[in-house]
Amino acid sequence: MSVLKTEVRPGGYYDSIVLMQLQAALADLPGVEDAGAVMATPENRALLEASGLMSDVAVEAGPADLLVVVRAETEDAATDALSRVDGLLVRGGTGGGDDYRPRSLESALKVLPEARWALVSTPGRFAAGVAREALDRGLNLFLYSDNVTVEDEVALKRRAAADGRLVMGPDCGTALIAGVGFGFANRVRRGSIGLVAASGTGLQAISSHVHALGGGVSHAIGTGGRDLAEEVGALTARQGLDLLARDPGTEVIVLVSKPPVPSVARSVLGAARGTGKPVVVHFLGFAPPARRIGSLYFATSLPEAAWMAVDLAKSAGAVVDAEKDPRGEDGGASAGGYLRGLFAGGTLASESLLALKNFLDPLHSNMKGDTIRPLEAVPRSEFHTILDLGADEYTVGRLHPMIDNDMRVRRIAQEAADPEVGLILLDLVLGDGAHPDPAGELAPAIAEARRSRDLEFVVVVVGTDEDPQDLASQVAALEDSGALVFEDLTSALSRVVDRLVEVVPPPLPPVEVELLSAPVVAVNIGLESFSESLADQGAQAVHLDWNPPAGGDDQLMAILERMRR
Amino acid sequence: MDLAQANHAAVERMMTARPLLKGVATARDVIPGMRDGLILHAGPPIEWGRMSGPLRGAVIGALLFEGLAEDESDATGLIERGEIEFAPCHHHQTVGPMAGVTSASMAVYVVENVTHGNLAFSNLNEGYGKVLRYGAYSPEVLEKLGWMNSVMAPVLADALAASAELDLRALLAEALHMGDEGHNRNKAGSLLFLKLLAPHVARVASSDVAEEVLKFLGDNALSVLNPVMAACKAMADAGHGVEGSTIVTAMARNGTDFGIRVSGLGGDWFTAPAQVPDGLYFSGFSSEDANADIGDSTITETAGIGGFAMAAAPAIVTFVSGTPKDAVNTTMEMYEITETDHLHFTIPALDFRGTPTGIDLRKVVELGITPRINTGIAHRDAGIGQVGAGLVRPPMEVFEAALIAYAERYGV
Repeated sequence: MSVLKTEVRPGGYYDSIVLMQLQAALADLPGVEDAGAVMATPENRALLEASGLMSDVAVEAGPADLLVVVRAETEDAATDALSRVDGLLVRGGTGGGDDYRPRSLESALKVLPEARWALVSTPGRFAAGVAREALDRGLNLFLYSDNVTVEDEVALKRRAAADGRLVMGPDCGTALIAGVGFGFANRVRRGSIGLVAASGTGLQAISSHVHALGGGVSHAIGTGGRDLAEEVGALTARQGLDLLARDPGTEVIVLVSKPPVPSVARSVLGAARGTGKPVVVHFLGFAPPARRIGSLYFATSLPEAAWMAVDLAKSAGAVVDAEKDPRGEDGGASAGGYLRGLFAGGTLASESLLALKNFLDPLHSNMKGDTIRPLEAVPRSEFHTILDLGADEYTVGRLHPMIDNDMRVRRIAQEAADPEVGLILLDLVLGDGAHPDPAGELAPAIAEARRSRDLEFVVVVVGTDEDPQDLASQVAALEDSGALVFEDLTSALSRVVDRLVEVVPPPLPPVEVELLSAPVVAVNIGLESFSESLADQGAQAVHLDWNPPAGGDDQLMAILERMRR
Repeated sequence: MDLAQANHAAVERMMTARPLLKGVATARDVIPGMRDGLILHAGPPIEWGRMSGPLRGAVIGALLFEGLAEDESDATGLIERGEIEFAPCHHHQTVGPMAGVTSASMAVYVVENVTHGNLAFSNLNEGYGKVLRYGAYSPEVLEKLGWMNSVMAPVLADALAASAELDLRALLAEALHMGDEGHNRNKAGSLLFLKLLAPHVARVASSDVAEEVLKFLGDNALSVLNPVMAACKAMADAGHGVEGSTIVTAMARNGTDFGIRVSGLGGDWFTAPAQVPDGLYFSGFSSEDANADIGDSTITETAGIGGFAMAAAPAIVTFVSGTPKDAVNTTMEMYEITETDHLHFTIPALDFRGTPTGIDLRKVVELGITPRINTGIAHRDAGIGQVGAGLVRPPMEVFEAALIAYAERYGV
């Protein structure tokens, strides 16, 4: 037999919802069969009546009275339930609850309208769509997601570049902007070394080494592993180089990537030269053409890249000045035209070829190489040409050019007569067994060629001050003829590159350099840990509670996508 | 006009609509197409055989009230012989809470959107307990309806004629600042309504009648719900019919199906089975007693209030799990799927930000977020009445179907 107990609490106002909650809580108590908590209006009393919760006490109550009724299995259970009413009526006071988490980019940007970055780490299938929307809304991208097609990557990067915005990625795991790590990043001292990296762990390794060596990083821009692929054309890397060029806090730049195809290498190295800052280049597993070509320094390992950068940063101001050749007062600016390299020494020719193939295109030679084009006809040079005149095809029936200058003298005249030629590169090898006075024959040929026009001659001399030809007088004779003389090939090649190779201009319009200096404010879409990490680093970030559009339904997603166009 | 412009235009029209309560009149005299033998009901179209308990009860009640039937079996006979016509309120510029049943002789509020000139109508709120809108048709229900029709309605008609104008948009804007959200909580709005009417009622009615009418209005915290719904209908209709727009201009339930209409998709309804609300129950009832979602009152959410303005009504946060922050979050979530912030309805707790207004089909489908609706819960059997209140969301299928229809119609 159940027990019905009623409590009347005269006077007092309770919202009906509070009372509904009270009654639900009472009904949940052990031994309680049903409960009611209502203001005793006629309608409510009728409700109690209908539920079998009406008692004599309740009949007496009026609309300003609170009625609490409990029907329980035992007297004790009913009494106990009623004794809990006060406790159950006391509410919160903490104002608790979670903050709202935006579900769309639109509302995330209402929360954080000053956001400049979007970090995207959604599944790859959806990433391009999310990235497009972020670009539509004027954001720059850190695109962690992988499995984005190369077509989407190209489209996203072109679109971003056209608007002067940056897309780091896809498959970009790390970046450091103004000291704030995106994705995976090490805690690295800030400093004057900027990085552009198509390799996430490369970026992390170099920045960590820089830190260990006492240096610091201004910004590290990730490009995604495919940026230097032919289809993408290093768009982000070139933007990154340009940003770091204009960033006053960056004095030395490190460029790290898997080895690019030659056309992209030329473009990205041209962009690196265009920065006007020393750039340490590390193309993993790439045979460096020289330790240094002009302002480019080639490293062969990650730690080496780091220490070269730290070393350069220590003397940064001086380094840039030293780039200008003391003899190049006629200007470091590119004069253009084709190169004709006329070598007596096969190895010098070969090394020149290896170095210059990363800068000159098309490059022809009688020597073989993966990207070297063969000459159509041995006697005629075309475009950029480097000839090993000591090769068999040139020495049939005649002496080697180390001892007979006749062919080179005639060839100088032949090349000089070609108006498209901008620079002639020669070697001059001294020593026992060589021609007794090569400069005595070559210098007049150079002077003769320069009489009709201001054609640049660059000569690398191999020899010592003890050689029988007298190094100093050989150099003097060449210089008198108007040639620029270098005693090491790297310097000679640097001069060639500076004179002939146009720097590659950055994509236009430029990305505003303020993007690097402004505090990082970001919308994070995908992995929540990225958002927490940004917050830990003091950056402003809002996490978007992302779900696949239309629940991942292909038909609906396709319609929505078409409606966006 | 592209899609963005179309949606902007549709919502702009909704927000600039200015609904005034112009009067109270008999349905057959004012509702276009209203005639004897026609019963309007809530929600999308439905035939008798599929109607749920409360709607059937209300239909029977209306036939008794109209004098078309003597009793229940008489009424059922009429219906089964096809002598009674049914149509959604929405097809006649009308909305009604719960069953929404409106017949030719019933008094209705007349609301005019003076900006665009369209009219909207709603029946009179009966208060609590046994009421027609929950499917009750006992003699006391009919007696009350009779009193409302013959005593209260003429008084309200005269009072409204005497008052210069009763601006429902302004009333709602003020009520939102007083803790209402305009759908489940209309306490402040009903008091404002009472305050605005009282002097005119006092002037046009004898003191006995005035006392009766004012007490009836004052005791009912939902008095203003029906004119508010008509106001929302007038606003939503102003945004309907904009070519190319994906803005939802009606959401309504008939107790069996949930249906929506879309501004750029003409008169088509997109429907799916209505769900049972998740909520709190009155003493003695549980979700087993609940009818599937019913009523045209979702026109409030359609117009940017109700569940969408939850942040304005912290007193009823229990519906959304308990804390004021949850109420804020409910409104925040609705900004995700709406076109814009309302120009006139603002929320103090959100620094007076406008309420989320203009449900965009695309956003609903893309984000997988359905509108939040605050609602009363009807007993599944006719005539028992309200058994609780809570929260419900429309089935996602209706939005998906509408999106696909849009793509077909506009060749997307």
